[in-house]
Amino acid sequence: MSFFSYLYAVLFYCATVTMVVGVGRKIRIYAKTPAPLKIPTTPAPTTRSGVVGRMIREVVFFESLFKSSKWTWLFGWAFHFGLLLALIRHLRYFTEPVWSWVAFLQSAGVYAGYAMVFGLLGLWGRRLLVDRVRYISAPSDHLMLALILGIAGSGLLMKYIWHTDVVALKTFALGLLWFDWAPLPDDPILLIHLGLVICLMFVFPISKLLHVPGLFFSPTRNQADDPRERRHYPGAA
Amino acid sequence: MKKVEFDIPVITNHPVTPSIEPGAMAHVKPFVAKQAHQEPLGFPGELVEDWHDRAIAKMGELLGKYRSLVVFMDSCVKCGACTDKCHYFLGTSDPKNMPVARQDLMRKVYRRYFTFAGKYFPKLVGAVDLTREVLEEWYSYYHQCSECRRCSVYCPYGIDTAEVTMAGREILASVGIGQKYSNEIIGKVHKIGNNLGLPEKALVDTLIDLEEEVKDDTDVDVRFPLDVKGADVLLITPSADFFAEPHVDGLIGYAKVFHQAGISWTLSSHASEAANFGLFIGSQDNMQKVAMRIREAALELGVKRIIVGECGHAWRVAYSYWNTLIGPFDFLDPKYPAPQHICESTYNLIQQGALKFNKEENDDKIVTFHDSCNVSRASRMGNMPGGQFVIPREIIKAACNHFVDMREDSIKEGTFCCGGGGGLLTDDLVELRVKGASPRVQALHEVIEQHGVTHMAAICAICKSQFTKVLPYYDMNMDMIISVHQLVGDALELGVEQ
Ligand code: SF4
Ligand code: SF4
Repeated sequence: MSFFSYLYAVLFYCATVTMVVGVGRKIRIYAKTPAPLKIPTTPAPTTRSGVVGRMIREVVFFESLFKSSKWTWLFGWAFHFGLLLALIRHLRYFTEPVWSWVAFLQSAGVYAGYAMVFGLLGLWGRRLLVDRVRYISAPSDHLMLALILGIAGSGLLMKYIWHTDVVALKTFALGLLWFDWAPLPDDPILLIHLGLVICLMFVFPISKLLHVPGLFFSPTRNQADDPRERRHYPGAA
Repeated sequence: MKKVEFDIPVITNHPVTPSIEPGAMAHVKPFVAKQAHQEPLGFPGELVEDWHDRAIAKMGELLGKYRSLVVFMDSCVKCGACTDKCHYFLGTSDPKNMPVARQDLMRKVYRRYFTFAGKYFPKLVGAVDLTREVLEEWYSYYHQCSECRRCSVYCPYGIDTAEVTMAGREILASVGIGQKYSNEIIGKVHKIGNNLGLPEKALVDTLIDLEEEVKDDTDVDVRFPLDVKGADVLLITPSADFFAEPHVDGLIGYAKVFHQAGISWTLSSHASEAANFGLFIGSQDNMQKVAMRIREAALELGVKRIIVGECGHAWRVAYSYWNTLIGPFDFLDPKYPAPQHICESTYNLIQQGALKFNKEENDDKIVTFHDSCNVSRASRMGNMPGGQFVIPREIIKAACNHFVDMREDSIKEGTFCCGGGGGLLTDDLVELRVKGASPRVQALHEVIEQHGVTHMAAICAICKSQFTKVLPYYDMNMDMIISVHQLVGDALELGVEQ
């Protein structure tokens, strides 16, 4: 096995542990911190099941963003939906035999890469061109876009131009999963692609990617509007 | 027109989002509270020596106390969706009045002291040390937010800048930099029982005058009872209702409704205030202390119901927080919601046919309705979500023949703040108030042009005071703004057999 095979294997384990522990720690903090007062943004559902519906609409359709800015919604939704499909498509590297629904979504997964790039470029364009959004952007906001665009772009390049040995790659991935290490093909483009993914996993718990768990804990969205009907106890979650 | 030293926004026929003008409002800040206003609220009288450490410690405390704060600090992705949603940004062009930028004033410090990235890579993530300059900036821009929650409607994560503003103000007050206007008022409530510092004697006289006034007008004996033990209803209303125009016409409206419906009611001299500025300064302790007078009064008077008069943030505190802070209300009649909004009560009476209106009395008016932020986005009326939009409009339509709504994105959950909420209704912030009112005034201008609207009704004491003050800056008549219950009172048929 090559040096890179060992290096990437070790990095993948470290990145996974960092991400899981880091995000887990944040989730624990969010869950433990009390929500002493009722602050749903109204009109809000009056029941728990209504709240579940509201959260699903936020997570799946980005309901609030849709109300807010149609362009940001279009780019943001295209990116996230593309990301989801791309992630599903990548499951084929970790399953043997490949789950049938994953196989079924393979062809759609190809377009996912384009949707991601389209969305990311749109979002970056707004960040650069709209004076208000440019004003609120820190270097880290641009870097994050660059990082994810790099991942999506290198992925598309592998698909269409510099093919890599996907069979060997799958052996490497399954090897990571079952602690039975196998060599990683040493195509530069693959190393770049995976290297960027590892970076993303490392920064996940210390960056704005925390919006993923954050959304589920946002009291303005996840509380039911029932303060008269049900007494909310101070210190309660 | 008054003499002014700042540019008044130009009102256009369509809404516009301005280009940013950094620093445009950096000079604006309210008067700082003196020792005498700070100490009764439990805050230090002046800037403490170890302000830096104390502020960071307080911030840590709040991060552990409010899930909203810690989640909001972490979750913003700088998508920019909120950037054109704040009336203060729209009216001032100052980019620090964009909700995300306002949050960032605190987020920069949060990142520096509480996150890995900000501790080791401050430049990269825009983290900064807490300095005197930062504190000054907090003081300025956390007092250019009316805590109206419009931004939270549009943020994909529901980030509510009002929560950040409240935390910012609480940290500032806890190191000795409180806001004079709010803290002075809270002190008066603690001591006397209302924002105005109106003693019981003055209240009695005012109510007697009102009874005489209504008698002269209508020839009917409408009572304005005070401290009546055993009354069914305790009315808690903003003290502005007791004498300021146009508020007082609203109070007359409530009294006429109670009279006509045969409801026995009373005001309380111990709890003669619905407003609760403890909310504005983010101090749960002060909010609870202010609200507790109401529980005490209700128990003392032995009432069966509590009804809250027309006020926005007061209704938020009553509806969303009272049960938590001063509940449970197991001593009240469970047949009625506790607390109940005056509009809910009047609406129910209309539904039951207990009130008859002579709508022609309001035929001189074409009315529109200004949804108040805290009613719209932080509370509810009636049984269904959004009842807070339906009920006041139905009441207006029951009392008037001519009603039109303003542009859809400027009403209901998207309503623009009047520009004076959240503890900013003070003369030392007139520039901010005038500019911040411009998005609302623009939408109002549209319906004046298109439908000849003559009056804008509201159900919030702050909105009413604010518009009375700022509409003249836009060459609009200050009498345009009226109470919903003024419309009710003017058209209600008194003394007729039902
Ligand atoms: S809408 Fe929410 S996530 Fe987007 S910039 Fe504003 S506060 Fe941040
Ligand atoms: S709460 Fe209202 S005033 Fe404050 S930032 Fe948000 S929109 Fe602006």
